[in-house]
Amino acid sequence: MQRDSTTGAAIAFEGVGKSFTSKGRTVTALEGVDLAVAPGAITGIIGRSGAGKSTLLRMVNGLERPSAGRVTVGGRDVGTARGATLREIRRDVGMIFQHFNLLSSRTVLGNVALPLEIAGVPAAETARRAKDLVERVGLETLADRYPAELSGGQKQRVGIARALATGPKVLLSDEATSALDPETTQTVLRLLADINRDLGLTILMITHEMAVLRDIASHVAVIEGGRIVEEGATYDIFTRPAHPTTRSFLAGVTGVTLPQFIAARMQLDPPAGPSREVIRITFLGANATDPLLAEMSAALGLEVNILAGAIEEIGAQPFGNLLISVAAERGPEARHYLDTRGQRTEVLGYVG
Amino acid sequence: MSANLIAMLAEATWQTLYMVAVATVIGALCGLPVGTFLACSRKGELLSAPLVNKVLGIVVNATRSVPFIILVVAIIPFTRMVAGTSIGTTAAIVPLTIAAIPFIARLIENAIREVDSGLIEAARAMGATPLQIIAKVLIPEALPGITLGLTLAVVSLIGYSAMVGAVGGEGLGDLGIRYGYQRFMPDVMAMVVVILIVMVQLAQSIGEWIARKVDKRAPRNRGA
Repeated sequence: MQRDSTTGAAIAFEGVGKSFTSKGRTVTALEGVDLAVAPGAITGIIGRSGAGKSTLLRMVNGLERPSAGRVTVGGRDVGTARGATLREIRRDVGMIFQHFNLLSSRTVLGNVALPLEIAGVPAAETARRAKDLVERVGLETLADRYPAELSGGQKQRVGIARALATGPKVLLSDEATSALDPETTQTVLRLLADINRDLGLTILMITHEMAVLRDIASHVAVIEGGRIVEEGATYDIFTRPAHPTTRSFLAGVTGVTLPQFIAARMQLDPPAGPSREVIRITFLGANATDPLLAEMSAALGLEVNILAGAIEEIGAQPFGNLLISVAAERGPEARHYLDTRGQRTEVLGYVG
Repeated sequence: MSANLIAMLAEATWQTLYMVAVATVIGALCGLPVGTFLACSRKGELLSAPLVNKVLGIVVNATRSVPFIILVVAIIPFTRMVAGTSIGTTAAIVPLTIAAIPFIARLIENAIREVDSGLIEAARAMGATPLQIIAKVLIPEALPGITLGLTLAVVSLIGYSAMVGAVGGEGLGDLGIRYGYQRFMPDVMAMVVVILIVMVQLAQSIGEWIARKVDKRAPRNRGA
């Protein structure tokens, strides 16, 4: 598939809008969406239900048509494609679904073979490719089973094998892990990451779980009320969220929260008498694993009390969040020390 | 019971089976495309054609609202045209088939509408044509429902076939009326009823057995 000559993107949304008319009222689902999805990357779109993310995703394979703007896949305009042209584009775009959408009347092998049969691939080659794909997703022992006999994770593996059958360049994931338990989610995400790496497949996924994006996406777009409110590299979005919606999505994921007994006693201004300043430190990049607090403690002769903290990885980069308290009068000094070493600090309040 | 009577019962049983079988086969062959079209031509569906759907729906309802005994008599000219005669067992197949087609079409329409719309979406996303979606997704997925629908049709047609005596069609119903009722032979009537009950039971059991065989939706023990 050739790429868009102007943007180099695998998928490009240009000024995309979508409105529905129902019962005489016009409902705007999407408005002025510009987004370029880099080839070979895993890009995530996150938003609440009703934010328009599903509509946006379904425009990539023409299940929905934009009412304004342009959607291109590999340089081909999907919105205006009809009939055979549209079906040809669809064979270059695989899709997996939240509820798997497997045929209950076909075995694992039969389900994976379906897109090949539809594309008119000869029977012998269909059988061979379906078998390879079933092995690729680790289900060779279940090849002759029916979907009703499989677990959710196994069903989604069948869904992934089926989506890959026609050798697409792009894979769309519509809340593919939302119906799975956390452990199964991890194995499915790992499979998607492997496929992305091995086949150079461009993956565009929508989700309402930030944790899913943290684990595999390299780029994130946040959608709210039919508009993209923030987008960028996953690491930047996670460490420096600008939009309130992004922050609220992140709260449950990277949110290191204060223990209740401190939070209850905390006030915004320093009280009279001795008190301690509560500081949030965000460790970024290479410094995230440095023993900075110990160094600071030694250098400033400062007593640091650690209240809560976590270090996690976004992509392969570490990212830490730490809540500490120091004697209120030494607070500015401590923050200056950390700021000059490339960490971000924020005063949360004071405890008497 | 005389040997003569037994031969008559055997022949009548055969005639009923013959009428019902032919009417079911032709009814299913015509009802499958009609029912599929009814399901797929609704507004916003695969072959969206709301107006045609509406008209076809009215025709189907009209045929189904005519009581069978009236239909048999009302279409005698048509029966004569198709079968060459309007009297006899073969001629009786015509009204039975005409009644079976819209009935089976509705049953198939319902079975197809039960198929999860997510499957249609998945097939569209694969680049399937509407005909491929019907042949490879909708009908295979609706097969358990279609099988049960056809079973219901067979049972109804066994009942309908008792009325074709009105135009000289034979079979169990006709035997029961002419011998059991008009000639006051309660033993014949009793035998006819017993044979009909057995026939319906068998049809129902076989239909359910096939439906279970083709239904892969529920997990089952696959043996050790």
